[in-house]
Amino acid sequence: MLDINTKQLKKNAFRITKERGKTAVRIRVPGGNMHVKFFSVIQEIAEKYGNGTVHITTRQGFEIPGIDMKNMPDINKMLQPIIDGLEINQEAPGCGYPASGTRNISACVGNAYCPYGNYNTGELAKKIEKAVFPHDRHVKIAVTGCPNDCIKARMQDFGIIGMTEPQYDPYRCVGCQACVKNCKKRATGALKFENFKVVRDHSKCIGCGECVIKCPTGAWTRSEEKYYKLVIMGRTGKKNPRIAQDFIKWADEESVIKIILNTYEYIEEYIDKEAYQGKEHIGYIVDRTGYQEFKKWALKDVNLGPKAEVAQTINW
Amino acid sequence: MGFRMDVERFDELLTELQKNYRIYAPVLLKGKGRYSETDTIRYAEINSIKDVVFDKKSVFSPKEVILPITQTLFYFTEDNVIEPKVDEKNILIFLRSCDIHAVKRLDEIYLRNRFADSYYAALRTKVKFVLMECEKSFENCFCVSMGSNRTDEYDLFVRLEDGKVYVESKNETFDGLFKDEENAEVSPKFVLENETVVKIPENLDQRVFKSKMWDEYDERCIACGRCNFVCGTCACFTMQDIFYKDNPNAGERRRVWASCMVDGFTDMAGGHSFRKKYGERMRFKVMHKVYDFNKRFGYHMCVGCGRCDDICPEYISFANAVNKLNDAMKEVE
Repeated sequence: MLDINTKQLKKNAFRITKERGKTAVRIRVPGGNMHVKFFSVIQEIAEKYGNGTVHITTRQGFEIPGIDMKNMPDINKMLQPIIDGLEINQEAPGCGYPASGTRNISACVGNAYCPYGNYNTGELAKKIEKAVFPHDRHVKIAVTGCPNDCIKARMQDFGIIGMTEPQYDPYRCVGCQACVKNCKKRATGALKFENFKVVRDHSKCIGCGECVIKCPTGAWTRSEEKYYKLVIMGRTGKKNPRIAQDFIKWADEESVIKIILNTYEYIEEYIDKEAYQGKEHIGYIVDRTGYQEFKKWALKDVNLGPKAEVAQTINW
Repeated sequence: MGFRMDVERFDELLTELQKNYRIYAPVLLKGKGRYSETDTIRYAEINSIKDVVFDKKSVFSPKEVILPITQTLFYFTEDNVIEPKVDEKNILIFLRSCDIHAVKRLDEIYLRNRFADSYYAALRTKVKFVLMECEKSFENCFCVSMGSNRTDEYDLFVRLEDGKVYVESKNETFDGLFKDEENAEVSPKFVLENETVVKIPENLDQRVFKSKMWDEYDERCIACGRCNFVCGTCACFTMQDIFYKDNPNAGERRRVWASCMVDGFTDMAGGHSFRKKYGERMRFKVMHKVYDFNKRFGYHMCVGCGRCDDICPEYISFANAVNKLNDAMKEVE
């Protein structure tokens, strides 16, 4: 006889499946990078309790299907080394994940080894995870190293895109125009060649760092500070899918995290209390309150740096 | 004459030297590498021997100290031309044996190639060399093959070992500076073998132009010029006349480094351009380094520092291209 509280089951990162009595467990991997030693735990669960397979999720987690619901307590115990190893905030050891609403913070490989990555995405993903998890609100956050946006940050409620502010040393520039041509072809055409030297239009620059990568003489280098573009309220789904739009350019890390935390308070204030299963994408809340109200809540007590540019209005 | 002293003492002498010298050495530039959170090693002025990077090869050669990347030759107004002042100070450069050999090649081009270049000469006459030894061959070095692994053309030799600085002085200019220091036997060790060995075919000549070996570089090379810019012996420059925006009647003439791999190098009046294919540019560069410079001056231009191989983003090996010449000659003979 099965008597299962499905609300609690879902909150515990399990799911209801097509087959009655069978569940699947989701393992979150903040930043999408983990030590391979945890594969043996996944393998053991899948072989002993599941159907011997694992699904790699779109949010960089693992989902092990084919588990009997009655075995959930055993699974939670077996997950403990992964939860500890990945330093996931937990309420009670041995009880699995305390929430599933706020999704795994996914990340591209970032500057760990990608030449284009402008910062350590894994580290930031873990930092955000620490700050926001566990939380029941349906919030999707992803971080990506550069505007190539390999993690699809623009399909999230919050997408964080790495930027560097290129520093130009005209003395080292030989005027080969590798940066100018490349910026025009592959980025935004922010560079112009004037009087045999390069002029950067800051309003067009997206901070991708391509000019630094292409420069053969090291005339372009990276800024000491790391900057981020925060794009917001992208979403997939049935109702009205759309791409996230630029909220703040040239933001700092601390502000980005504070804005995300502020947004949870905004959600509590304005979420549709009648929403199905208490789930409402933030984007729909923003549609209801208007961007200005969101902005007011999001930027509360946030000290943006002097370079930061906040969008006056956003039309998604 | 050899001397031994503490780091602190050496730095005091360095400060003393700075009254008359700008002192350049390879230094670590934190966060200034091409990629995020990477460092780079380039030439810059130093204030302490602790600033000097001894255990790695600099990305760029020391040539930029003598041959500035951008150099204003003169300023002009409607009726006047003024040359910029030359810094009064002399120059000390910390550099390796291969780099000293490389400067000899620059001298050949700029001082002994029929005319002496006065801008180059003005800086070059100020320069004294501080030899750095290579404990072991770095990756991609082939100095032994090119005969640039040894030199005695230095003014000072400096070794930093276990907190002590060992100095050999071969220039009497510095006798006074070190007269109170503890005497010691000091002489540099030189690298005697490299992992990379390069063999230039003895029968090499222009017939090799016809070889198919150059074709692969049409596809592989991206003509970025990094190989030229890091090279200690590449001496080419181009001219830029700047007319100031606020008053186009005044301006300046600059020369800047040029690269035979980069677009525009062979552009002529009327829009002609030679060596459009990247393989042709590779051929020109390789042959200049190991064939036609030798024909004119009696020794090879390349010194085997391997910086071109270190830097190429497409993993093209110049050293291997030179070795391929052996088969290429057989192909065209």
